[in-house]
Amino acid sequence: MADLQWPPAANRHLIGKSISRIDGPWKSSGTAKYSYDMNPPGLLYAKMVTSPYAHAKITAIDTSAAEHAPGVHAVHLFTAVGKEVTCEGQEVAAVAADTEEQAEDAARLVRVEYDELPYLVADTDPTHAGAGNFRQNSEETQGNPTQGFQQAEVVSEGEYGLPVITHCCMESHGSVAQWDGDKLNVWLSTQNVSGQGGEYAQGLSNAGINFSASNLHVDCQVMGGGFGSKFSADTWGVAAAVLAKKAGRPVKLMLDRNVELLVAGCRPSMHGKIRVGAKRDGTLVAWESQSWGTGGVRGFGVPPIPYIFDIPNYSRTHANVLTNIGAARAWRAPNHPQMCYLTMTALEDLAAKLGMDPLDFFLKNIALTGERADYYKQELQQAAEMIGWKQKWHPRGDKTPGSIKRGLGLSIHTWGGAGHQGFCRTTIHPDGSVEVATGSQDLGTGTRTVIGIVAAETLGLPLEGVQVEIGDTKYPPDGASGGSSTVGGVTSSTRVAATDALNQLLAKVAPSLGTTPDKLEAAQGQIRVIGDPSKAISWKQACAKMGATPIVAQGQGGSRGPGRALISAGVGGAQMAEVSVDVDTGVVRMEKMVAVQDCGLVIDSKTAESQVFGACIMGTCYALHEEKIMDQQTGTCLNPNMEFYKLGGIDDIGDIVVHFMTDPMYENRGVIGLGEPPVVSPGAAISNAVANAIGVRVPELPMTPDRVLAALGKGGQA
Amino acid sequence: MRPFEYGNPSTVAQAVALLGPQWDEAAVLAGGTDLLSLMKDYIVSPKRLVNIKNIRALGGVREEKAGLRIGAAVTLEELYEHPGPLGRYPALRTAIEGVSSPQMRGMGTVGGDLLQRPRCWYFRNGFGLLARNAKGQPLVPGGDNRYHAIFANSGPAYFVCPSSLAPALVTLGASVRLEGPKGARELPVAQLFQIPKDANEREHAIAPQEILAEILIPASAASTRNATYEVRERQFMDWPLATASVALRLEGREVRQAQIVLGEVAPTPWRAEAAERELAGKTLDEAAAARAGEAATQGAHPLSRNGYKVQLVRVAVQRALLAAIA
Ligand SMILES: Cc1cc2nc3c(=O)[nH]c(=O)nc-3n(C[C@H](O)[C@H](O)[C@H](O)COP(=O)(O)OP(=O)(O)OC[C@H]3O[C@@H](n4cnc5c(N)ncnc54)[C@H](O)[C@@H]3O)c2cc1C
Repeated sequence: MADLQWPPAANRHLIGKSISRIDGPWKSSGTAKYSYDMNPPGLLYAKMVTSPYAHAKITAIDTSAAEHAPGVHAVHLFTAVGKEVTCEGQEVAAVAADTEEQAEDAARLVRVEYDELPYLVADTDPTHAGAGNFRQNSEETQGNPTQGFQQAEVVSEGEYGLPVITHCCMESHGSVAQWDGDKLNVWLSTQNVSGQGGEYAQGLSNAGINFSASNLHVDCQVMGGGFGSKFSADTWGVAAAVLAKKAGRPVKLMLDRNVELLVAGCRPSMHGKIRVGAKRDGTLVAWESQSWGTGGVRGFGVPPIPYIFDIPNYSRTHANVLTNIGAARAWRAPNHPQMCYLTMTALEDLAAKLGMDPLDFFLKNIALTGERADYYKQELQQAAEMIGWKQKWHPRGDKTPGSIKRGLGLSIHTWGGAGHQGFCRTTIHPDGSVEVATGSQDLGTGTRTVIGIVAAETLGLPLEGVQVEIGDTKYPPDGASGGSSTVGGVTSSTRVAATDALNQLLAKVAPSLGTTPDKLEAAQGQIRVIGDPSKAISWKQACAKMGATPIVAQGQGGSRGPGRALISAGVGGAQMAEVSVDVDTGVVRMEKMVAVQDCGLVIDSKTAESQVFGACIMGTCYALHEEKIMDQQTGTCLNPNMEFYKLGGIDDIGDIVVHFMTDPMYENRGVIGLGEPPVVSPGAAISNAVANAIGVRVPELPMTPDRVLAALGKGGQA
Repeated sequence: MRPFEYGNPSTVAQAVALLGPQWDEAAVLAGGTDLLSLMKDYIVSPKRLVNIKNIRALGGVREEKAGLRIGAAVTLEELYEHPGPLGRYPALRTAIEGVSSPQMRGMGTVGGDLLQRPRCWYFRNGFGLLARNAKGQPLVPGGDNRYHAIFANSGPAYFVCPSSLAPALVTLGASVRLEGPKGARELPVAQLFQIPKDANEREHAIAPQEILAEILIPASAASTRNATYEVRERQFMDWPLATASVALRLEGREVRQAQIVLGEVAPTPWRAEAAERELAGKTLDEAAAARAGEAATQGAHPLSRNGYKVQLVRVAVQRALLAAIA
């Protein structure tokens, strides 16, 4: 009998090895087809009409000119006269035409009249936001903050903040929709292939189209990034289907870059005034914070700080400022980068005030990190060794002559990452071929590959011996890829399904090997007797014995399924950054980043490493460049484009070195998600490194030259 | 983008004949890297495009007695492939290298770089070159002006000249030849740029019916020590935050004459005359470079959010001067 548990390290042939993603050649050769690439015959192109105002009431909509424009086949309204729009870029209408250009021209012929209403788009603190524009949360306290500050011998005070950024997916949101009778096929760029039925059914019914979720077919083989912004099909996803129905032709509706940046992604800002106190020996005793931030008109959650360090006495308030900008969406580790930034920078400032090396300071207080204290300790020490912390760290302010100053900074982070619930089907065919299918999705992270690795490992086959099928509602449903839940979800469901299928096969093969199934194993392309490899038949021979009917097994993954022992949750990580700063120009360069991470059992060390590389790159971008810039005078976003919405390019990213903690103590926890945690720390680590280099804190991200020079007192924002 | 006519002439005269007396009638299409984005965003909507890439007379890089002649339709990459002459004009070479995208260097032309429209985000978001709201009030002073001008910014213009080749060419004393219905005229590159006085004027002193045909860097510039220093927030596809281009005539280490031109800080390439005066007759060393950098900031009036550019000017001038004598 094959055992469900993960094999011990000595018996792993694929798990944990460095394996290239199986869809790599497909992507690098350009044959991978994204939603954007789908061009069914008769395709129409749709363009949206969106609100130019941050807040307004619609007083008239006239689509007649657009309807009669050349090439136009259908017009759809997202809203109606009398309704309000609450941010620039909000969808009002969509037009489908024979060509993209005709659709664009026709969209401009839709006449919408508005009465402008008061708006707030500036990322401002509650006292400036004006009454009614914010929601204050009640104060939360722990211990006795007043007494805590009395005990404190050193108190550091500061203001810290990071702005709204957008998800800025390389592939914008959207889909191609095609009807086939009552059936609807959508090629949707989504993080949630299996979870769209309800939304389409509801959306289409609202548009007067009778539709049952069982008639929805979603196909998403590859997608160009979601980062938490692509769980929903969104109104524009449904609109593509409505337009396709009206026109009787397939419709492609992908957001233009500006709309993408205006409404399809928003990581809330967070700013705070923080006081934090310690005893002279570095023992943390008290914290006080007043924080605020904006995530659009609907606000967002309350990010609790201090992050990770459970300081015995604290008081904190947080206010959600409501602004007329595109609504918040989950951004890779929702709220964690913000909480981490505000906490780790304030703590590093305190360490500086104490005259302590922040590494020693963090280690001194490591018990406050709770159950994962040992992990953090080991991870900090590991990172310190890799970056040469003890040799290179210096007290604040690099004293080297010249304008280039170097510095080191650190941060730690955490995340849950429990595998989601989902189903996988493993089919073993009589010819020995194997198909593993689940309605999951590969966001570019390597999901397809880890499914293949787990199935092949379980069946004792090479990776090429299994065919992985995902990204389609015709397969057993899987959960949404959010919360770093995918790797745990799909590896547990796959392991359960493949083990079950294998056991069925072993039962069929055992008699011919003159033994019972419990004495058999699958390894190296054979079915063989455990402990006596000479008694073996090849995989193909074994499968030939099953008769004409394939073996099919379905496995359930996630913490409620039988595979719950294969996964767990809760990771830690430590990152250290080395930067150089030109103190005469304020230009910061991320020179090197060391990212140490635990995530339980690593299935593919290569794609796992790539996840961390990507996170460090994304983190460098928000630390140094990214910012959604709103103009309160006009209510307009000033940078809804890739010119002024700045991301780093290859020359802007320094060395990134990744290390996974894979001792048995970490691995025995089973598989835990990884997509989010490594993006939490870079802002804090890089900011701390800049403070270490130049001797002062640059309080706000991104650390652009103006802000760095302002912190240095050499000019900057007035 | 609005539908437009497309003209594909093979001579300058034909091209000129296809242009119109108003800007919205026709536009010259060189590499199109700027023009097409402006059209797609409906910022400009000319009724006709006149492609100049097939006009032989606008191509080629030639070294002549008078100096280096660069056809206006020469791409940045083609020009870059003349290391010989560019070796004498490091001020220009550095500026070209700064346009760090190979695609952009491959498509963008020298003429197009000089005549590219400002990057001001109010302009690019449809608020007009002078960035005004519907009531005609200027948006830049009370808005986000982090990338705007610190010189000559008392209105009506607040944008900065985006070309980083322009300051280099101005320091080198380059001139341009313009061809129009009434024939050709020559202008120093410095005079190709103007500060618009009202919404009807453009930032270039070229008429709607004129074509920029050629850029001439005088032979005398080759005997200057010249350099450019650019301050960039990121290396990847971006315009600089501030630049300084310098050309020096030295006797030993003593400066006989200095040309110092700043980029990205004013609506035109900006001569730092006080810095030029400061240097004249002085021995150029670190201290003199720093004094010149300080002098270059004279007359700067930062807006609410661009005070840092004053510091960038200081440093860019100092570093360009030191690079020129390195
Ligand atoms: C990401 C990015 C980064 C960039 N970074 C920089 C930088 O660092 N520094 C810098 O200087 N530039 C930079 N650029 C701008 C780039 O150099 C220009 O877009 C390019 O040089 C324009 O040349 P073109 O031939 O494509 O011009 P076009 O787009 O064809 O034309 C631009 C304008 O000039 C007019 N025009 C062009 N040629 C003539 C002519 N011969 N006669 C009359 N009118 C003419 C056109 O009508 C149009 O109005 C950058 C561009 C991008 C997209």
